[in-house]
Amino acid sequence: MTTPDSLAQSEYKYGFVTDIEEETAPRGLTEDTIRWISAKKNEPEFMLEWRLRAFKHFMTLVENHQEPKWANVHYPPIDFENGVYYAAPKTNPASLEDVDAEILSTYEKLGIPLEEQKRLAGVAVDAVFDSVSVATTFKETLGKQGIIFGSFADAVQEHPDLVKKYLGSVVPYTDNFYAALNAAVFSDGSFCYIPKGVRCPLELSTYFRINAAESGQFERTLLIADEGSYVSYLEGCSAPMRDTNQLHAAVVELVAMENAEIKYSTIQNWYPGDENGVGGIFNFVTKRAKAAGNNSKISWTQVETGSAITWKYPSVLLQGDNSIGEFYSVALTRGYQQADTGTKMTHIGANSRSKIISKGISAGHGSNTYRGLVKIMPKAANARNFTQCDSLLIGDQCGAHTVPYVEVQNSSAHLEHEAFTSKVSEEQLFYCRQRGMSSEDANSLIINGFCKEVFQQLPFEFAVEATRLLEVSLEGSVG
Amino acid sequence: MLEIRNLTASVGGNQVLNGINLSIQAGTVHAIMGPNGSGKSTLSNVLAGHPQYIVDGGEVLFDGVDLLAMPPEERARAGIFLCFQHPVEVPGVRMDHFMRAGYNAIHKSHDEEELDPIQFDRILKDKAKIVEIDPLLLKRNVNEGFSGGEKKRNEILQMAMLEPKLSILDEPDSGLDVDSLRIVAEGINQLRSPDKAVLLITHYQRILNYVVPDVVNVLINGRIVRSGGKELAAEIEANGYEGQGEALQPSA
Repeated sequence: MTTPDSLAQSEYKYGFVTDIEEETAPRGLTEDTIRWISAKKNEPEFMLEWRLRAFKHFMTLVENHQEPKWANVHYPPIDFENGVYYAAPKTNPASLEDVDAEILSTYEKLGIPLEEQKRLAGVAVDAVFDSVSVATTFKETLGKQGIIFGSFADAVQEHPDLVKKYLGSVVPYTDNFYAALNAAVFSDGSFCYIPKGVRCPLELSTYFRINAAESGQFERTLLIADEGSYVSYLEGCSAPMRDTNQLHAAVVELVAMENAEIKYSTIQNWYPGDENGVGGIFNFVTKRAKAAGNNSKISWTQVETGSAITWKYPSVLLQGDNSIGEFYSVALTRGYQQADTGTKMTHIGANSRSKIISKGISAGHGSNTYRGLVKIMPKAANARNFTQCDSLLIGDQCGAHTVPYVEVQNSSAHLEHEAFTSKVSEEQLFYCRQRGMSSEDANSLIINGFCKEVFQQLPFEFAVEATRLLEVSLEGSVG
Repeated sequence: MLEIRNLTASVGGNQVLNGINLSIQAGTVHAIMGPNGSGKSTLSNVLAGHPQYIVDGGEVLFDGVDLLAMPPEERARAGIFLCFQHPVEVPGVRMDHFMRAGYNAIHKSHDEEELDPIQFDRILKDKAKIVEIDPLLLKRNVNEGFSGGEKKRNEILQMAMLEPKLSILDEPDSGLDVDSLRIVAEGINQLRSPDKAVLLITHYQRILNYVVPDVVNVLINGRIVRSGGKELAAEIEANGYEGQGEALQPSA
């Protein structure tokens, strides 16, 4: 039986490097960098202009030292002007058949086979490798129903009107420091549009892989569910093990029209750094959804096990009457990982309802903070919120914090908040072991029980994956 | 089957067991009776390997093997079952999943077949009848919101599923009404067999009217002060524990 003190960092299985020639943007961040990226992607004028406005805004923020400092995370200053903002494999495949074999084998090793005969049944995948989307499966199947799913870069070329209409409509470049940076330099990501009344027949999924050593990853996802449509979308992430920190500053924007529903799930497993806290991804992400239409529904589910630092608040603007926003989260920090994550539920429409279930698990020297805001605007009559934030501590070197904010401007609102912190108790462990389970199995049973309400929200295959990931991540860290 | 020799143990720095000697043969039911604080629960926890209970001396052999050297899960796999006085809640874990995890862990350790949920469910439903448990209860989280009687019956159900060689029942009668007591007792009786043994720990004689013991041991101040047949239980019921301690002082 291991003790919490002998905390061994379990091996990170996704830490390999793909040996492939990549083209990178010149080091640094100037107007030329932005023009270089935009030209590389052969973008229409409106995109370049938008990027340049974002860039100017970002530089003002840098000059005024407006990098966010309020989160409960600690890291050395990032030299934004000395980064590499674009990296892409040199070969540019015209179709899936032309994708570099090294890249195909990378995704295969990650458990995401892209080749026709091996694909995951019922899941369409957009594979993003460093700064570009390298492949999208099931594109034709989806196309028959009018569903657009593929790389952001393709969408800019093929559906510029949709992009122009919705880009920045939920997360404007002025939103925050990292959103501004992303808007200026983002290179690719996924784009999805579900037409009116269509229930997307497949799970849509994007797998993000950082490979290049020095570049950050700045992808942007835009997902629009038109009236009465439904889509379930999942993203997964991983990166090689490196002893330098890499920045991942993504933006995700979701829009749900009247009677539409979007279910967005994330399994985040970026490289967390080694047992001394060296290396790992800085995951500074802005995710926001607009439940724009009446009776629309947005559901965020996240399982955050990776990254050295996570700074992420998937939020919902509940604009429509009777709209629903949900946030289900499991965040695990171990080793020297730090997470400051939560959500913002902004109730604008009448009878809007939101639900927040957050489960933080801390082990080793991990630090885990839930930060949330529930805001009831004056017109949100009869708005309701239920919040539950639970923390589980493993060992005595870790920390858990809960920072819930509430702003109510309509007296008919009804809010509930529950929170508790617990340890895996010796009595629970003994009970399981008395029934024949090993100490590790007992721990994983108890921890999975703790996360159950969140895992239940994931599509079945991914719930299995999440359970396994949690087990692997906690190997050796519980005793 | 079980040999306890001069066992001393403490919890929280206080010595509670002061030299226990007890020998249990297969096919028998041993009752251990004693007042509050006499060391009854300590004995059951020490035998099952609860990490908070520290063995200070003596030895325990189970089928000739040093039991005290084994971690709790190995004791369970060797055939020792503890029916908990206060069954523990495990939020988010379904009772039937919990039971299957234990069942499979034990069977796997014996290179026996593990059961999938459907196979397991079939046996579970069958055994649930013994203790009159509604199978729907087993879809709820482990012991969460169970009544006192349900918790105890559910412990007996787990015992029935795992078919242990030695069942240690720590006050299976505490807090039960007459009906639940009868159900629990009948459950225990159904599981009696020539190759199994039961160590039944209780404060009151009441349950021994239903589960008739072969041997009654009286535990006072961490020592077994008297042993006898089932009639000893009736004597204690009539006269109380007072005076039992002195009765054997000279030979202790």
